[in-house]
Amino acid sequence: MSLSKIKFDKKIVLSFWIILIALIIAAPTLLPVFRLNLLGRYLSLSIVALGVDLIWGFTGLLSLGQGIFFALGGYCAAMYLQITSSSEFPNNIPEFFALYGVEKLPFFWEPFRSPVFTFFAIWIIPALVAGLIGFLVFRNRIKGVYFSILTQASLLVFFNFFNGQQKLINGTNGLKTDVTQLFGQMVGSESMQRLFFWITAFLVIAAWFFAKWVVKGRFGNILIGIRDDEPRVRFTGYNPVIFKTIIFSIAGGLAGISGALYTVQSGIVSPQFMTVPFSIEMVIWVAVGGRGTLLGAILGAVFINYAKSLVSEALPASWMFIQGGLFILVVTALPEGVLGWIQGDGPRNLLQKFGLRRKIETYPSLEVNNKEGNNE
Amino acid sequence: MNNKDLLNLIDITVSFEGFLALNKLNLNLKKGELRAVIGPNGAGKTTFLDVITGKVKPTNGEVIFKGKSLVGRKEHKIARLGVGRKFQSPRIFENLTVKENLEISVTTPKSPLNLINKSIKDEQLHEIDRLMKIVNLAKKVNSKAGSLSHGQKQWLEIAMLVGQKPDLMLVDEPVAGLTDEETDLTADLLKSLSGENTVVVIDHDMEFIRRLDSNVSVLNQGTVLCEGTMETIQKDKKVIDVYLGRPED
Repeated sequence: MSLSKIKFDKKIVLSFWIILIALIIAAPTLLPVFRLNLLGRYLSLSIVALGVDLIWGFTGLLSLGQGIFFALGGYCAAMYLQITSSSEFPNNIPEFFALYGVEKLPFFWEPFRSPVFTFFAIWIIPALVAGLIGFLVFRNRIKGVYFSILTQASLLVFFNFFNGQQKLINGTNGLKTDVTQLFGQMVGSESMQRLFFWITAFLVIAAWFFAKWVVKGRFGNILIGIRDDEPRVRFTGYNPVIFKTIIFSIAGGLAGISGALYTVQSGIVSPQFMTVPFSIEMVIWVAVGGRGTLLGAILGAVFINYAKSLVSEALPASWMFIQGGLFILVVTALPEGVLGWIQGDGPRNLLQKFGLRRKIETYPSLEVNNKEGNNE
Repeated sequence: MNNKDLLNLIDITVSFEGFLALNKLNLNLKKGELRAVIGPNGAGKTTFLDVITGKVKPTNGEVIFKGKSLVGRKEHKIARLGVGRKFQSPRIFENLTVKENLEISVTTPKSPLNLINKSIKDEQLHEIDRLMKIVNLAKKVNSKAGSLSHGQKQWLEIAMLVGQKPDLMLVDEPVAGLTDEETDLTADLLKSLSGENTVVVIDHDMEFIRRLDSNVSVLNQGTVLCEGTMETIQKDKKVIDVYLGRPED
C-alpha cells in the first residue's frame, strides 16, 4: 500500500469525524427534544455496533446474540433506578412487585442500591457473561455458522427466561425507567434527556478510541490473523481461545454500556431487547457501514436507525423492505460496506466506469507505483 | 533412542476410520540435522507433520521431543516448545503487511497482555530487519502480504518460521511453484539453517532434495521404507519399485 493511499484513508476518516462531531455539537440547539432523544438513542446503539465490528469485522466471529449483553446492561441500569426510586411504594420495593404479591426484594436486587456497584455492573456483568459463553464455545473449537447458531440459541434462552420471570424482574412487561428519579430529577424529563445525550455522545467517542486502541498494533493483527487463518495463528504459538474470549468479552461490555444508555433514553428495558431480529439488525448496521472500519459501525448504526424512524413516520410498514433491500445491496454490490467502499478503490472504479478517470492498465504491483504519479 | 536425539517418533499409527495414514512409523532426528522426507502421494508425509505439530492425535505410539511427550498437547503449546511449521501452500496473513506478519512470528511471550500493553522490543525489530534482508523482502516492508508474488509468499513464510526461533523446523514443499533460481536459493537457505536448527523438509522435487545433500527418509504407505543418503536410496530396490522407478510422477 502506497503512502498516498494511507493519507487518503486518514483524510476520509478525519472528515467523517469532523462532520459527526459538528452534528453532535449542533444537535441539541437545532433539534427539538424528541428528535434529540432519538439521536441519543441511536448514538447509544452505535456502541453495541462497535462491539459487533470488533468481533465480526476484525475477528470473524458473527454473533447473533449481542442482544443478551445489551439487555443485561439495560436491566442493570433499570434495576438501580427502580430500587432507588421506590421509597413511596409498599415495602419500599419497586411498584410492580405488588402485582405479583412479592413482599420481599429478591436477593440479587440488593447490590443495585449502590450507584457504584451499578456503574461497574453495567459493563462488567455483560462482559463476564460474554466471557463465560465465549470461553466454553471457543474452547470446543466451535466456529463459523455453528457459532452464529449457538449465539442465537443462547439469545432465545435468555429471552424466554427473562419473559417468564414476573416475580423477579416483571417478566415480559420489563422495567420502566422514565418515571424514576436520578439526581433528584425525573429520568424522563427534558433536562435529564439532554444530559443523557451528552453522556452518550461522549461515550461513543470514548468507545471508539478504546476500540481503536484494542485493534491497533500486534493484538489487533492477531485478531485479523484469527479471522483469516486461525490454525496458522495456533501453529505460530498463540492460543486463539484466549484472544477470542477477550474480544468477545469486550464486545459484551460495550453492548452492556450501550444497553444501559439506550434504556434510560427509551424509558424502558424489556425482553424485547433480546428478540432475534434486533440482534440481527446490529449485524446489518455494521455490514452496511463497513466491516472492520469501526467508524463504519457508528455511522451504520446512527444513519440506518435514523432513516428507519424517518421512513416509518412517512410510509409505515415500508421500512422492512428498505432494510432488506439495503442488506441485499451491501452483500451483492458493496461487500466491504459503504465506508469500506469509499476507503477502497470504489470511487475510483466508479469514475473509471463513466470514463471520468483513466484506467490503470497494469498489474497490481506496478499499479502501486503508478498511483503515486497519477493521484493528487 | 539417545539423548542427542531431538525428536523420536515411536511406532506412530494414525487411523482415519480404518484407513491407516501412518502405520507403525519410526523416525529419529538428531540435533542440527537436515532431513529430507520423500514419498509418493498418499504416503503419509503431511499426516506425519500433523502428528508432530499436534493437529492429528496418533491412534497409537509416542512422539518425544526434547525428552517430552507431545501427544495430547495443544498446537500452540507444541509451537511454544519449539516446533515450527511451514505449510504446503504459503499460509501467510494476506491482509497484514510483511512487517506485521513477521512481528507476529518473532513476538515473545505470545500472551494477549504482552501484545496489548507493550510495544515490540528493539531486538525483535532488528530480527525482523535481518529476516527481511535474508529473504529479499526489505523493499516490501509495508506492502500487504497478499500483494506479494507466489515465490515471495513462500519466502515470507520461511522467514516467519525462522523468526519463531524453533528448535525443529518442519518445512512442507517449500519450492512448490518456485522458479529454478528461487529453488536453488531456498535449498541454500535451508542448508544454512541446519546445524543450528534441526530441519525436516518434505518435497517431491528430486533435484531440490539432491541439492540439500542430506539424509533422506522415504515414506510409503504410512511407514518408513528406507533411510540413507541420496545415493543409497537411489540404489535401493524397494524405493525404485514404489517411487523412483515409476516413469513420470
